[in-house]
Amino acid sequence: MRHLLSTEGLDAATATSVLDTADTLKQTLLGREVKKLPTLRGRTVVTLFYENSTRTRVSFEVAGKWMSADVINVSASSSSVNKGESLRDTALTLAAAGADCVIMRHPASGAAHRLAGWLDEVGTQVVNAGDGMHEHPTQALLDAATLRERLGELAGRRIAIVGDLLHSRVARSNVHLLRTLGAEVVLVAPPTLVPAGADQWGAEVRHDLDPELPKLDAVMMLRVQAERMHGGFFPSAREYSIAYGLNQARLDKLPEHAVVLHPGPMLRGMEIAPAVADSPRAAITQQVSNGVHVRMAVLYHLLAGEELSA
Amino acid sequence: MSRLLLKDVRPYGEGDPVDVLVVGEAIAEIGANLEVDADEIVHAGGAVLLPGFVDLHTHLREPGREDAETVETGSAAAALGGYTAVFAMANTDPVADNAVIVEHVWRRGREVGLVDVHPVGAVTVGLKGEKLAELGTMRRSAAEVRIFSDDGHCVHDPLIMRRALEYTKSFGGVVAQHAEEPRLTVGAQAHEGANAARLGLAGWPAPAEEAIVARDCLLAGHTGGTLHICHVSTSGTADILRWWKSRKTAGSVSAEVTPHHLLLTDDRLETYDPVNKVNPPLRTDADVMALREALADGTVDCVATDHAPHAAQDKDCEWAAAKPGMLGLQTALGIVVRTMVRPGLLDWRGVARVMSERPAEIAGLADQGRPVAAGEPANLVLVDPDAEWTVRGAELASLGENSPFDGMQLPGRVVATLLRGRLTAHEGKVRR
Ligand SMILES: [Zn+2]
Repeated sequence: MRHLLSTEGLDAATATSVLDTADTLKQTLLGREVKKLPTLRGRTVVTLFYENSTRTRVSFEVAGKWMSADVINVSASSSSVNKGESLRDTALTLAAAGADCVIMRHPASGAAHRLAGWLDEVGTQVVNAGDGMHEHPTQALLDAATLRERLGELAGRRIAIVGDLLHSRVARSNVHLLRTLGAEVVLVAPPTLVPAGADQWGAEVRHDLDPELPKLDAVMMLRVQAERMHGGFFPSAREYSIAYGLNQARLDKLPEHAVVLHPGPMLRGMEIAPAVADSPRAAITQQVSNGVHVRMAVLYHLLAGEELSA
Repeated sequence: MSRLLLKDVRPYGEGDPVDVLVVGEAIAEIGANLEVDADEIVHAGGAVLLPGFVDLHTHLREPGREDAETVETGSAAAALGGYTAVFAMANTDPVADNAVIVEHVWRRGREVGLVDVHPVGAVTVGLKGEKLAELGTMRRSAAEVRIFSDDGHCVHDPLIMRRALEYTKSFGGVVAQHAEEPRLTVGAQAHEGANAARLGLAGWPAPAEEAIVARDCLLAGHTGGTLHICHVSTSGTADILRWWKSRKTAGSVSAEVTPHHLLLTDDRLETYDPVNKVNPPLRTDADVMALREALADGTVDCVATDHAPHAAQDKDCEWAAAKPGMLGLQTALGIVVRTMVRPGLLDWRGVARVMSERPAEIAGLADQGRPVAAGEPANLVLVDPDAEWTVRGAELASLGENSPFDGMQLPGRVVATLLRGRLTAHEGKVRR
């Protein structure tokens, strides 16, 4: 892998290899007091976040440190960028300062692609940690890792992605990756939150959640951003919750083995009932811990270069 | 008076080659093998001779962004592209919403002297859409402004639009609308469709253009005003124009299409390279085909470039932060040849119609878009129809280098441009 910018175009072999590496790393570190591998000693990893996300940044930071990389956190608010340095200049500065890999979150879709374009010549690698409404590939990889642990192989599994598909980079990354790994994907949302052309993503689009539930192996709830509730996408939080919230009654309609995922942070009560989020069917904390192993695996593939022998 | 002889030219690409003698500012004589004295002879080798092109939609960036383009550099690009008149849009900084600014731009155009620069006046003060600018004063200024536009912004308040159409009637003004319903395009970054959805770019839906075009056609009919629709980009807009033109009603509506909307689609979004970011956005293949057809059958009157140079830092950035717009003056002809002439949708008379005659009529220019005939003003362009050339963004005359056609091979090359009998461009070089 040269960069990890999206799951679109990520082939099944590479994706599976990253997931297998994550698995191996998890087993290796299991029960260890000191979680530190020497693999990336001397390599410099920069997290460059133009949007706040403690959860994602910390996950990458821990992943880098557990592999002995030097991790430098740079947080740049978009406003300081507007005032001064362009993204291009920031990128070139980081590369000149010796960054081997830049992990970037940015509010603009495609920003990671642009960054990779500028850094290609100097050999600095880029991981997209979320770009606007486009993609968040490591989230999809950690979701897949979690689903593999719970369900085994994903081929032939039926997975619903429910909620704000329009603004969700998590949804885009998951649709591509899950389909690449052979799963069937059904997208469930009110029509106002389905982007034009989503019917061409190779996933079914549905507006009614209840009839889907008995057929599912997993349901992936998306975050509804509070500021969008008044944007006219749906009439009220209450109505949304009634139609699309994952409550106990809906949980009961799922098959026994089905798994519930949520990328967090959760709006408890609206998107997901507290009892559902805390139930053993939910794999939400498992997602978080898998996040570290998956990100270690991604850094490994980018920076160490060769396959991990299992 | 200077005497210039164009040897072996084919007016409108028809018939056997003839010679054209230009004396002073006018065509003096057209005939086979003219035996005359001349100060300069251009050997054209059978090149196509057309009336000089007129661009109703050019951004020259002066005053305010002289790092992106100036009247001088934009005029050079225009001359090299075969243009003899351009209309400089009003969204400069300060805005061309008063006589002082339009006269400044007009005067700079005269000083440079490569192309007739006609300033477009803003419809509303500061392009804000709230209050009519002093349209009559701009009309009565030395610049004699005839076209008014808030381009870059839509005059979206229907009452202001109605008033603009009514008020400009008294002095033959044209209101050129950038049709974009702003409530439907909040945050829009690309054509609303499968590509934007996949790439996570907020959509610019086709009805945001079509709704305004339909509304303004109705207002033009009701008021008897003169409306021009800028940069038509959707097949639905073509349908609305076709419907409107089929009715017998008061008022007048014309429309333009850009070269890039005749060629490029939103497949170009893939790389997130902002060189492809333009407003209205690149749309689908079906839209492109519908626009070609509409231009061929006269539903869309003319080609206008929407030439929009930008400084490097305004394009070499994230998609969302990039300014919309692309260069157009030097590539317009090649794209028209590629998309309209080669597929047989337009002949050279058709090219003269859409790039010269109709725009000159819409703008009310008496000495542009005239027939290639003795006694007519010598505003002319010579085109080698068979030449293929490769666009090099950095070599274009504009200060900006934001050409999506960079590296593309285009057919049809401008050999020479004449403004009132004087060569302004010849064999790829500006003549001053
Ligand atoms: Zn415009």
